[in-house]
Amino acid sequence: MTRNLILGGLLSSLMLLAAAASFLWTPFDHAAMNIPAKLQTPNAQHWLGTDHFGRDLLSMIMVGARTSIAVALVAVGIGMGAGVPLGLAAAARKGSWLDEGIMRGNDLVFAFPSLVIAILITAVLGAGAVNAIIAIGIFNIPVFARITRGAALSLWEREFILAARVAGKGAARISAEHILPNVMNLLIVQGTIQFSLGILAEAGLSYVGLGAQPPTPSWGRMLADAQTMVSFAPHLALVPGLAIILTVLGLNLLGDGLRDHLDPKLRVARA
Amino acid sequence: MLRYALKRLLSLILSLAVASLVIFLVVEVAPGDPASFMLGVNAQPDTIAALRAELGLDQGKLARYLSWAAGMLSGDFGTSYTYRTPVAGMIADRLWVSLPLALYALTLSTLIAFPAGIYAAARRGKPGDLAVMGATQLGVAMPNFWFAMMLVLIFAINLRWFGAGGFPGWDTGLWAGLHALTLPAIALALPQAAILTRVMRSALLDILGEDFMRTARAKGLSRRQALWRHGVRNALIPVLTIIGLQFSFLLAGAIIIEQVFYLPGLGRLVFQAISSRDLIVVESVVMLLVFAVITVNFLVDLAYALVDPRLRSRT
Repeated sequence: MTRNLILGGLLSSLMLLAAAASFLWTPFDHAAMNIPAKLQTPNAQHWLGTDHFGRDLLSMIMVGARTSIAVALVAVGIGMGAGVPLGLAAAARKGSWLDEGIMRGNDLVFAFPSLVIAILITAVLGAGAVNAIIAIGIFNIPVFARITRGAALSLWEREFILAARVAGKGAARISAEHILPNVMNLLIVQGTIQFSLGILAEAGLSYVGLGAQPPTPSWGRMLADAQTMVSFAPHLALVPGLAIILTVLGLNLLGDGLRDHLDPKLRVARA
Repeated sequence: MLRYALKRLLSLILSLAVASLVIFLVVEVAPGDPASFMLGVNAQPDTIAALRAELGLDQGKLARYLSWAAGMLSGDFGTSYTYRTPVAGMIADRLWVSLPLALYALTLSTLIAFPAGIYAAARRGKPGDLAVMGATQLGVAMPNFWFAMMLVLIFAINLRWFGAGGFPGWDTGLWAGLHALTLPAIALALPQAAILTRVMRSALLDILGEDFMRTARAKGLSRRQALWRHGVRNALIPVLTIIGLQFSFLLAGAIIIEQVFYLPGLGRLVFQAISSRDLIVVESVVMLLVFAVITVNFLVDLAYALVDPRLRSRT
């Protein structure tokens, strides 16, 4: 399904470009208030309209993309950074107390309703983008640990690993040099999916006021601001909502496309 | 089977114990002393100390954890710092909103996903399948609170079929209650329905490739008959697992949706408790939700082992 790959790639790069471009240029200053121009629907000057302070929505969406991408990206980084080594270690010492401990720890994190704990963590540490990253990142760790362990376990049975052991390599070296490169595809696909989940989670946390704080623009908070005005200015809710949907959709399609592209075997299995 | 069940039960108890400890510790590091928070900035130190003693905050951490955990086992969740009423009663009141909402959403999600998944699987690769799969991609990508806002805009503000929020209480009648929960339930159900549709479709497609399906066709059943009689029934096992997992997710996921619709459920209770530093309420609600997730997982595992004996030997 290269169609998924292309469409997903296009949508995702559109958002990345918008975020990257916002460092150099936005149509208007995203924070500049202009009350006479408030609540405009999309027009030639303000392509996506303006909010109740007369701020340009396109500029806010572009700068908000930075927040979403940064939070989700670092959260995936935390998940991979901690989860992959844990998964590799668990697979290398299969059945040992280390493996058992890591997997039970994973089960435990999975048992926590992630949203509730994210709310708890941000409530305890204080609302803000950094704490949102931590809250989302923690729940990525077991995802990557589990997927790494699962893939690594079957690799450990293979002959080229046996060859490496005969050659005198230790478990750590084998994990780093032979196992990791072979699970990389899987991790990239999962990373894309966790990235999209991270964007949704960040939007949710910002919506309830626990994510990025003003003046940092964020899609979730734009939605929260729009809620009381949705009856007379629906575009205030439509614009950030569509930005979230298109980004998440793009990343999910990209993930699906990459999975099919990188591993044709899975296409049959998942149908 | 008994050995497997006991083993799973032991791990259930262990998980609950560790979870309660983690929750207690996380809440412990929360900045701000509840007693000084309640009494305000002008409170005398001895008044604060007296209140701390009254709330039991002057005891050691271990003693407090043990009394909290022991209390919960006997159904006593302690007393709210802010409202001075038993936490168990507050939670029970809110559960009357959150629990029906989750069940309502689960019902809707199942009612949407079953026909959609079966339809897509039966028309694999055809336009109907592509349309359903496209819709599920959208459903998964949509934040449910945004969808909720759109529902309010269309069905509450423009069409005026429903109220925009609030809950009249069950004493105004079953119909009034369900009516108020309809939009929140739809908002909550849709993303779940999208996931469930995909599971149903792929489970059915797996089954369609099995030998017994070919046998069913060979003995003269039409494609449709074989699909319904043998396919759907066998696909139910993975689908029921996901439904079980979704229930606890819906209970926890209602937190944000309750904010959108101003519903007096567990979610609003948690937010109010967080902002007023009513830590014992926060701890108890989170523990309850974790308990729900772990217990549902346990029951799903057990049901699975009951259906499929092969799983009992695995851990």
